[in-house]
Amino acid sequence: MFFAQGFWFPDGASTNTGDHDWLFHFILAISAIFFALIIAVGTAFVLKYRRRPGVSAEKSPTHNGTLEIVWSVIPSILIVFIFYYGFTTYLASRTMPPEAFEVQVTAKKWSWEFNYPNSAQDPDLYVPAGKAIRLVMTSEDVIHSLSIPAFRLKQDVVPGRYTDSWFQCDEPGTYNLFCTEYCGTLHSKMLAKVHVLPQAEFDDWVEKAADIVGNAPSLLAAGEILYHKRGCAQCHSITGETLTGPSFLGSFGTERAISGGGRVTMDENYVRESLVNPQAKVVAGFQPVMPTFKGMKDDEITAIITYLKSLAKGE
Amino acid sequence: MSSEAHVADGSAVHAEHETGENYLNCSHGLRSWLLTLDHKRIAVMYLAGLAGALFLGGIMALVVRLELWTGDGLVLSDDLYNHAFTLHGAIMTFLFIIPGIPAVFGNFALPLMLGAKDVAFPRLNLLSWYLWITGAVFAIVSMVVGAVDTGWTFYTPYSTQTSTQVINMTMGVFILGFSSIFTGLNFVVTIHKLRPAGMTWWRMPLMLWGLYATAIIQVLATPVLGITLLLLVAERALGVGIFDPSLGGDPLLYQHFFWFYSHPAVYIMILPAMGVISELISVHSRKTIFGYHAIALSSVAIAAFSFIVWGHHMFTAMSPMGNMIFSALTFSVSIPSAVKTFNWLATLYRGHIRLNAPMLYALAFIFLFGIGGLTGLFLGALATDIHLHDTYFVVAHFHFVMVGSTLIAFLGALHYWWPKMFGKAYDETLAKIACILVFIGFNVTFLPQFVLGTRGMPRRYHNFLPEFQGLHQASTVGAFILAIGLFLILVYLWKSLVSGKKVTVDNPWGGSSLEWLTTTPPPHYNFVGEPPEHDVYDYHDIRYDAAIDGYVLSKNEGDAAR
Repeated sequence: MFFAQGFWFPDGASTNTGDHDWLFHFILAISAIFFALIIAVGTAFVLKYRRRPGVSAEKSPTHNGTLEIVWSVIPSILIVFIFYYGFTTYLASRTMPPEAFEVQVTAKKWSWEFNYPNSAQDPDLYVPAGKAIRLVMTSEDVIHSLSIPAFRLKQDVVPGRYTDSWFQCDEPGTYNLFCTEYCGTLHSKMLAKVHVLPQAEFDDWVEKAADIVGNAPSLLAAGEILYHKRGCAQCHSITGETLTGPSFLGSFGTERAISGGGRVTMDENYVRESLVNPQAKVVAGFQPVMPTFKGMKDDEITAIITYLKSLAKGE
Repeated sequence: MSSEAHVADGSAVHAEHETGENYLNCSHGLRSWLLTLDHKRIAVMYLAGLAGALFLGGIMALVVRLELWTGDGLVLSDDLYNHAFTLHGAIMTFLFIIPGIPAVFGNFALPLMLGAKDVAFPRLNLLSWYLWITGAVFAIVSMVVGAVDTGWTFYTPYSTQTSTQVINMTMGVFILGFSSIFTGLNFVVTIHKLRPAGMTWWRMPLMLWGLYATAIIQVLATPVLGITLLLLVAERALGVGIFDPSLGGDPLLYQHFFWFYSHPAVYIMILPAMGVISELISVHSRKTIFGYHAIALSSVAIAAFSFIVWGHHMFTAMSPMGNMIFSALTFSVSIPSAVKTFNWLATLYRGHIRLNAPMLYALAFIFLFGIGGLTGLFLGALATDIHLHDTYFVVAHFHFVMVGSTLIAFLGALHYWWPKMFGKAYDETLAKIACILVFIGFNVTFLPQFVLGTRGMPRRYHNFLPEFQGLHQASTVGAFILAIGLFLILVYLWKSLVSGKKVTVDNPWGGSSLEWLTTTPPPHYNFVGEPPEHDVYDYHDIRYDAAIDGYVLSKNEGDAAR
């Protein structure tokens, strides 16, 4: 059981999982042998030499040069090999193939944003199967880390700089993506899915994804899509429940106190300002933690406003 | 009366006992404790403080494990969960396991093992304890007034942005750092200057080698933590841009600084534990330790290597070149650790092994340290570390080293020196049951976490996907077995203090180092008259005397040995 592939790992889905898993099982075998040896020898000695009346300790050497050299050198040789194989396998996973398809990744508390060359954007990662994908990542706030266990991939996402990683997955399917660097309140909800699609399906998806408002049946529907896609839902409920931010239910058009004093009515311009410059007028009682959505298109802002209005009416 | 005659003659020993004066009852009142300069009393005060910290940290651990019963949590909010695991980590690391063995058993045994009256700087020693208390107060204040949610590592820029009590907590850790530095300084000077005439470096008990190597790390590495935390406080309080990129700082710089201390700190935790195990195994096998020089030097080697491997905490953040260098250096630590394990096994060979509670802990240590050490190979190798980094595999690995090894050694040391410290016996049967409960509970808690990790479960997650639930529940069950075991220890040790059978023999286990050749509990100045001279790990003249159910030093070759 311990050496079976499926016991330890999610099924390997990217091209470098084979080498990785081989190394893991190699170290596992070495460790199991050494551990079994230690326990067997220890148990045997304890049983054989346990204290019994009439028997006392026998003299034995207090050191033995040959033995000590042997048990230092053999592990040394093994770890040199483990180090070398670990390094070369790692290096292959770090060497970017020249023809990779690039996806820009932005991490923020507490959602992912994947941006495609044609300006499509989504909180989940969509990639074509059978093609090398390069992720170029940065963070808007604190350090996050992008982890896709099925691809054995992990890379820290650091504010103020770009980091990158790559993979190639040949099997279409859906895989888990986690944030693995602790980033505060909703760290454990900073999940996404990786959708690996056949090339043709991917091409369709990315073309469609680029035009949210144009694709939606109505402005209201576009607003609802944007509410989920842009990560609003992480902090603003539509049920009246207070999460990290105030709920949107029945809120549009109402007046509220803002921190630092004063009051403001939630109208079209307040919504726009809150998206572009979220820290300007924070509702009293909430932390100023909302990230900016400065790059959002005008028709998208209009769509969100339309959606918020519908929530005010309780539709 | 010469020391030789004193220890050789059983009736003389008893005569000393009749006067009944020892370090515990030579003076009375709270003041005589709070202002004591006696290393043994300071050790007892540390033991009380550390037991409190272990209890508090343990409660937090149970809260965390209980909350992880389901993937959606049980009762805590996300923030409260984050507070709970941060406090568990910070309390256990800074208040319990770093001071740990040196503060309690180092303080108690080090001067005794040297035949000295006290440490080199008794006042500094008392100050260390007060600094520990002050640091603990800061930590508890930050808990009461609003908690901390950064994890025990205080990673920037999160720690400079969160609204929780980071400054209080880091000031606490800063002060605790000085407690650690002063203890280290004291031990280094004591070992250099107060060794008796016949005790060369190569004749010191291995416990002292472990404490010496630890002290060197404490003195050299802890100031870096202090500086780092001051910079963090400066950034938070004054807005100086050091680590926060929005102020022009570099967030990874913090990680380099932090791990430059905190990786050596891992060896601050494990080296004294290895020292304890060397003593326990030799004494309870009645065998000279095998490969003394190799064990002593490997402690020093581990201390030296510990300074150059910090980068392996950052394999998912650094360049391939940096990673390659740190990976290679990291593996260098594994050899001295393996060597020690083989030496302990070889010491058992042809021994006369007594399976009492301290020895059970020593054997449990070999088992658990074996797993803790070997799983380090997966994390030292770059390719496998990338997948396992920041998952439960890492959590399981470092708990095997810190709890499975260091806490187990701490408990072994506690049972080993307990009769000497307090002159009271504990219930041996209950002690064995508790040891087995702790061993089983620990394994049930942390073995499943290795599998959670390889399957991709990230650490510090309040919620998790349904496929991880079974292993999380197994782990929670284990945590409660472990807690029951630890609680049982608390109960019977308390009972031992209050109503335990008096121990009057000097040397109940047949130890060969000097603390076993003075009265129990030791007198205020450690030895009546001149301390005896005796080679450590030489058992030929430590003989069992059935009349007193203990061991006596006897030069008479004709005595029956048991």
